Amino acid sequence: MSTRTANYDAIVVGAGHNGLVSACYLARAGLKVLVLERNSYIGGAAVSRRLYDGFTYSNCSYVCSLLRTEIIRALDLPAHGLQIIPYEGGCTLMRSGEHLAIYDNHDALRREIARHSRHDAEAYDRYVRDMLRHCRFIKPLLLREPPDPTSFKPHDLSELMFLGRHFHKLGEARMYDTLRFFTMSCADMLEEYFESEIVKAHLAGSSIIGTALGPRSPGSAYVLLHHYMGSIDGAVGAWGFARGGMGAITQALAASLQASGGTVRASAPVEQVLVRNGRATGVVLAGGEEIAARLVVSNLDVRRTFLQTVAPQHLPPEFLAQVRRFKIRGSSGKLNIALDGLPHFPAIPQGSPCTRGDMHVTDTLEMVERAYDDWKEGRWSRAPYVDMLIPTQIDPTMAPDGKHYMSVFVQYCPYQLADGDWTPEKRQAFGATVIDTIARHSPNFKDLILHAEIRTPRDIENEVGLTEGNIFQGELTFDQLLFNRPIPGYAQYRSPLRGLYMCGSSTHPGGGVMGAPGANAAQAILRDLGRAS
Amino acid sequence: MSSAPRARYDSIVVGGGHNGLICAAYLARGGRSVLVLEAAERVGGAAVTREFAPGFRVSACAHLLHLMPRALMRDLGLESQGLKLAADGLPTVALSPDGGHLVFGAGNVGGLTEHSSADAAAYAEWRALLRRLSGALHPLLAAAPPRLGSDAWRDRASLLGLGWRLRRLGRRDLRELLRIGGMCVHDLLEDRFGLALLKGALAFDAVLGTNYGPRSPGTVLALLYRAAASQGVEALAQPQGGLGALSEALARAATAAGAQIRTAAPVARILVREDRAAGVQLASGEEICATSVVSSADPKATFLKLLGSEHLDAGFVRRVAQVRSRGLTAKLHLALERLPQFPGVAADSLRGRLLVAPSADYIERAYNHAKYEEFSSAPMLEVSIPTLADPGLAPAGKHVMSVIVQYAPYALAGGWEALRQAFTDVVIDTLSRYAPGLRGCIGASELLTPPDIEREFHITGGHWHHAELALDQFFMLRPVPGAAQYQAPVPGLFLCGAGCHPGGGVMGLAGRNAARQVMREAA
Repeated sequence: MSTRTANYDAIVVGAGHNGLVSACYLARAGLKVLVLERNSYIGGAAVSRRLYDGFTYSNCSYVCSLLRTEIIRALDLPAHGLQIIPYEGGCTLMRSGEHLAIYDNHDALRREIARHSRHDAEAYDRYVRDMLRHCRFIKPLLLREPPDPTSFKPHDLSELMFLGRHFHKLGEARMYDTLRFFTMSCADMLEEYFESEIVKAHLAGSSIIGTALGPRSPGSAYVLLHHYMGSIDGAVGAWGFARGGMGAITQALAASLQASGGTVRASAPVEQVLVRNGRATGVVLAGGEEIAARLVVSNLDVRRTFLQTVAPQHLPPEFLAQVRRFKIRGSSGKLNIALDGLPHFPAIPQGSPCTRGDMHVTDTLEMVERAYDDWKEGRWSRAPYVDMLIPTQIDPTMAPDGKHYMSVFVQYCPYQLADGDWTPEKRQAFGATVIDTIARHSPNFKDLILHAEIRTPRDIENEVGLTEGNIFQGELTFDQLLFNRPIPGYAQYRSPLRGLYMCGSSTHPGGGVMGAPGANAAQAILRDLGRAS
Repeated sequence: MSSAPRARYDSIVVGGGHNGLICAAYLARGGRSVLVLEAAERVGGAAVTREFAPGFRVSACAHLLHLMPRALMRDLGLESQGLKLAADGLPTVALSPDGGHLVFGAGNVGGLTEHSSADAAAYAEWRALLRRLSGALHPLLAAAPPRLGSDAWRDRASLLGLGWRLRRLGRRDLRELLRIGGMCVHDLLEDRFGLALLKGALAFDAVLGTNYGPRSPGTVLALLYRAAASQGVEALAQPQGGLGALSEALARAATAAGAQIRTAAPVARILVREDRAAGVQLASGEEICATSVVSSADPKATFLKLLGSEHLDAGFVRRVAQVRSRGLTAKLHLALERLPQFPGVAADSLRGRLLVAPSADYIERAYNHAKYEEFSSAPMLEVSIPTLADPGLAPAGKHVMSVIVQYAPYALAGGWEALRQAFTDVVIDTLSRYAPGLRGCIGASELLTPPDIEREFHITGGHWHHAELALDQFFMLRPVPGAAQYQAPVPGLFLCGAGCHPGGGVMGLAGRNAARQVMREAA
């Protein structure tokens, strides 16, 4: 006989940041909410893990910027412990020993760019101005449900009109600019501004993070914008560290949820969504425990949700075929490294703030594109694009005194290798490629390594539950954005099964630690319940 | 006496390529006095037939007709102007290294069911979808794109009409169109089909003429575009006498309608008087005045060379300079002493379009090289042996092989002069895998590289379509916003070439659409 616990209004499957955000909004609206997490720790891919004595790793996501300020405010996250510290700079290191330093201060940055190219320094002002304009255009769309363009329902028509008016307000010239921007490749877009390879290569990095595209792929300019459109303290495009690691975000969300009367249970893997009379009525955990609820909200990606937790007979076959077709591709690897001290990067002047932000290793757009070509062949990149951060320079709580934690995000690393499955040896070899790449710019780097956690897309999938280790829960390509995300006709957080909703990054507006999908899903649910805020 | 010369013509058309000739024909029919000025000794632009070796003739660039609407050809009366088709309804053959070729004919694929009946069914479904979508999209090709933000009733009506036509597709097809419109063809093919050779053949048509590979988002657009042009019905034809015969028939249709054509008359400048286009000046210095000037030259040549940036605002000049038009397609012509054997290809099929693209990955790998200004040792090829249907193109018993080579970069690293022979050898070696005795048959060869095409046919960048086919250079963005309705920012100046909507591919709709625009705008 299965144990029944108290009925809930809503069960959220998965305590990733979107699930927690959704839960918070629902709890604040008076619903009785339970969040269930498979792992013994909550947070999904926004976690801080103690995997090596004394060190805290942000072992999946590692920087914060996209978390919507509206959500931070509405859920009172600073009061629950969230502190985001903007970081000051960054750099891109070239094989030649040359570098491009990135400064927070616009004038300093301009001078640095001028060191490489006066033309590009002038162009940079124009670039930033145009990017901000694109950010301003897209910002209102993030916290809105996409309209269904095939629908005549008043809600959809009015949303389409809103989009139309919003677009029209740009004026003719800017409308075309926007259309171009959203359909161009990052490389083509950057080439319209800049001439020097290092500036282009530096900026192109954000267009490929987490993405199975190269800088020459149309639509990669949008991915760049996707990463650009966050802000810290009102500074658009700024990135920061969460004090205590990315887990601080999800811990603050959990605290906020509990303060609103919600509950989180870890070590509670959901096996199936319970369905009766064509409605979701709760969940059953591995082990048989059944928990009833009026509705179920899934933070899992769309494939896991509909192919694993819902029995197929409850879903239209065509919908299932579309779910299977939804592209979730692993293209990223991660290394989390405990260091016995701060590595020395000779290319960077002493005392420069460059090491306190994200450091990249690449020379040219061509190098980045070739790294993508390797992925297409089922290999990890021989010359990978690397995004390194040492947050302990600003947040010493993450390591013992004098020691440091380095997060290394790598493009590209395939989920499936051309010559067979991942093995421990191959994982080591991948890690070695990355470490060698970094060591080329830091002679004492290898000597300082105390511990290195090497994560391929398969490792991320196994641990976090992200299919293929794709950090966005699905590619950010035209066929999977806006009213196409995740499935045309099901882009409004509702599934074909009544009472079952989606709130993860598989939904609009996509991934990154944004929280917008979770917030939008909650609004859709509340609207369905007649409790729209 | 007035110093401004009297306009001798209503319109001057710069460039006697197929779009220029079609534009002239329609303007003349509309009662306008038209003069076509062509720089070369004969009309046709890149759609000409050239003698590349003594007694051997070949279509210089495009070698088959498939995108020019039959209705347009009938409307122009091309048959009565002497255009004959040496062959019609030609098949497309996807060559397989193991001889298991696929033959794409009218609505079916020979050899496919043997490989996979699931694929055969999926292919039929895909063709049916294309037919339905092309029904909604075809009218878009036959009109100027609407202007965004315009208050003009015509533009608003156009946008509403577009919306209405799309809705009439029905929910399912509209959703699918919105989903696949920006997709990469690789993903679309992975979703629907299994056989690598089939995917290679379909990916071929999606990337031919673009500067992308199968994994590039937006390549499905090219497939939709071709479907829209041919209205979902593949009708591949070979003009008797090569593409040059088409151009000559177009010229006769234009003169029959009253247009005048002057060849060997290169235009050096477009004249502007009182902020209006007022005519042209030839390289010889001769000035000819007209009320309007319609250029079928590529957008960069038109605006930056012939017109001059001093007549345009800086923003527009920058946009034009940024139009991407890097040629990526070369042409190899082989004079053959005898017909080579293609094992496994039936005689009937040999007259058709032969594709070397055994898989979509093969194409992607060839594309990878092009990104870095290299060429692949495994190139993507389209072959036609036009002498099979049209023996007059070569001496008796001998043959011509016309090969389109995709992914031949304009700015080849190392330079074309140094690598011309190596490139030719790579193509012949690749073909030899499908026609083992080929090398022994070759008497002479000619390679036209993108720089050759630029030089010979006056196309900036040597790109066959004047401007790359890409999502951001399409429809209302083609060639640049502000000149996407055939009208230039300078009053009286118009565009009518492949650099305009709907694009290239020997279609002719740009010419006709432009003529309509000219007649609407000009007094």
